[in-house]
Parts: sequence; structure tokens; C-alpha cells
Amino acid sequence: MALDNGGKPAAVHESMPISKALSSRVLLALRLVAFLATVAATVVMALNKETKTIVVATIGSTPVTATLTAKFQHTPAFVYFVIANGMASLHNLLMIVVEIWGHKFDYKGLRLAMIAVLDMMTVAVASGADGAATFMAELGKKGNSHARWNKICDKFGSFCDHGGGAIISSFVGLLLLVIITALSIGRLVKPRPAALSPV
Amino acid sequence: MTKGKISLVLRLLALGSTAAAIAIMVTSHETAKVLNLSFDAKYSNTSAFVYFVVAEAIAGGYSLVSLLLSCKTPILRLMMMMDVVIAMLLSSSISAAVAIGQVGKKGNSHAGWLPICGQVSKFCDQVTGTLIAGFVAAVLYLVLLLCSLHSLFALKP
Repeated sequence: MALDNGGKPAAVHESMPISKALSSRVLLALRLVAFLATVAATVVMALNKETKTIVVATIGSTPVTATLTAKFQHTPAFVYFVIANGMASLHNLLMIVVEIWGHKFDYKGLRLAMIAVLDMMTVAVASGADGAATFMAELGKKGNSHARWNKICDKFGSFCDHGGGAIISSFVGLLLLVIITALSIGRLVKPRPAALSPV
Repeated sequence: MTKGKISLVLRLLALGSTAAAIAIMVTSHETAKVLNLSFDAKYSNTSAFVYFVVAEAIAGGYSLVSLLLSCKTPILRLMMMMDVVIAMLLSSSISAAVAIGQVGKKGNSHAGWLPICGQVSKFCDQVTGTLIAGFVAAVLYLVLLLCSLHSLFALKP
């Protein structure tokens, strides 16, 4: 029994530094991809604008045209989408900077806990933005016959396409952020000492 | 053990909140006739509200299961992951429902969408009530996440 107890902790200590370095590299890579995804979503949606001139009526021989614009600011859901993805990309950037350069700051051992809490809050905010934007886009694409709301994607095709691309990119960022949160929470748990395991 | 009790109370409150949200949303139904056009307002007309009801049902079921399981085995980490997923689900469903509800209440002049709350005001009031209940459930789950994270801290002395 003494040999068993003496043998096991040594093996655990040998494998731990390697897996810790690998997991922090994986975490950094995931954060980088998530940062790129959320930045792409923010930028594509923020620059989403389409103008169309349509002929409304014809007086005599001169056509009367009206200019209609589709901008992301017209819908509060898309405004929240841009803001939330901006916040998520700022959070990802901050976390990347902390991972690479912030190993000296420890805040009384609360560093890993603060990272996990911030990750969870960003997941909550970004998931709300994704849900709202998805359903607003579906409303614009299909309309709602019960409420007499016409669809707008047949007139503003490129606006809808860009919006759809931004939403997909944001979903990718959200999925990666959930995986990152799971990994950050996993880093928080105290490793169980071998002496406490039941014999 | 007080941390465990707080988490149980929060789960119970979240269960009640999601059940209230589902009940109010499913029973909201109003028909109105305006100028020979009949508005039939049900929650199933809008996919966002259907998603809201489904998400609240999943969250309520999970709350019940985790209430029963938390006394038995300490599968803390798995429950925390599921808590994050369920909080995400609740947050996205309430955001989607509020977004569509806002279009219903105020309309969207740029897209030519008229508000419908003037015609079916009782339906609008009930939807407002259920959205409040859904929001409370989402906030409760976020507080629950923070609580279970606090119990997992590895604070250095």
C-alpha cells in the first residue's frame, strides 16, 4: 500500500505540466478564433446598408421614384446585436491579452475566477443578441401573415444576405465562447489530493 | 451547506417562474374584428413565441431534475455546464420574444409593419406578463451560475 501511494502522485505530477501548457495553448487558440468571429459579425452588421429606388407612380411620362433604405439601425434587435458582439470581441481581446501578458497579476488568487465569471456573462449577453437577431431576420425573410407584416428580403436581398452572414459568424463565436467557458470553469476546480481518495 | 440551500431555493424559484411563463403564454388567445379583417392572435402564430415556450419548458424540466438530483450525487461540474447551457437558452429565448414583442407593440415604420397591440390589447398584456416571468427566470439562472461558481472557488489563502 505504501508503494502504491508513493507511486501515484509522482505520475500525476509529471503529466500535469504538459497537459496544462497544452490546454492553455488550446484555450488561447480558441479565444483567437472567437475574437475573429465576433469582430467579423460586428463589422459586417454595422456596415449593413442597402438603398433601393423604386418607381412608385408615373405622372404623365415622368416616373416618380422613392428611395428606400434598409439600415441596421432601423431594428433595435440588430442594434443590440452590434453592441453585444462588440462587447464580446472586446472581452475576447482582453482575455487574450491577459493570457499572454498578465501572468503576474493574481488579485489574491481570484484571477481564474474572474476570468470564468466574465466568460459566463459574455455568453449570456451574446446568446441574447443571437436569439433576437435570428428571429428578427426570420421575420424579415418570411413575414408574418397573421399580423399582416410583409417580408422585406425579396426587395432588399443583399441586406438580408449580409445580415445572415453576420448572424452565422456570431453563432460560431458564441459556440466557441461556450467551449471556452467550459474550459475556464474546468481550470477552477481544485485538484483532489490523492490522500483523500477512498481505499 | 448554506450555499447548497441558496442554490436549491433559486432553482425552485426558477422552476416556478418558467412554469408561470409557459402557463400565461399558452393561455393567451384573442380574436378581434377590425374593418372586416379578423385578427386571431395566438402565441403559435409567431415562431419566436413558440421557441420561447419550448425553451422555458426545457429550462423548467431541467430545474425539476436538478432539484431532485442535487440531494443525491455531487456531480457538480456536469451540473454547472448544464447550468451554463440552460442559462444561455433562457437568455436567447427571452431576447427573441422581447424583440418580436417590441415590433408588435411599436411596429417598424421603415419596414411597413404596423403595431398590433391596438387591436388585441388583452393578448398584448398577457404577453407582457409572460415576458416579465421569463426575464425573472433568466436573471435567476444567472444568479444561480454565480452562486455555483462561488462554491467552486479555489481561493488561495
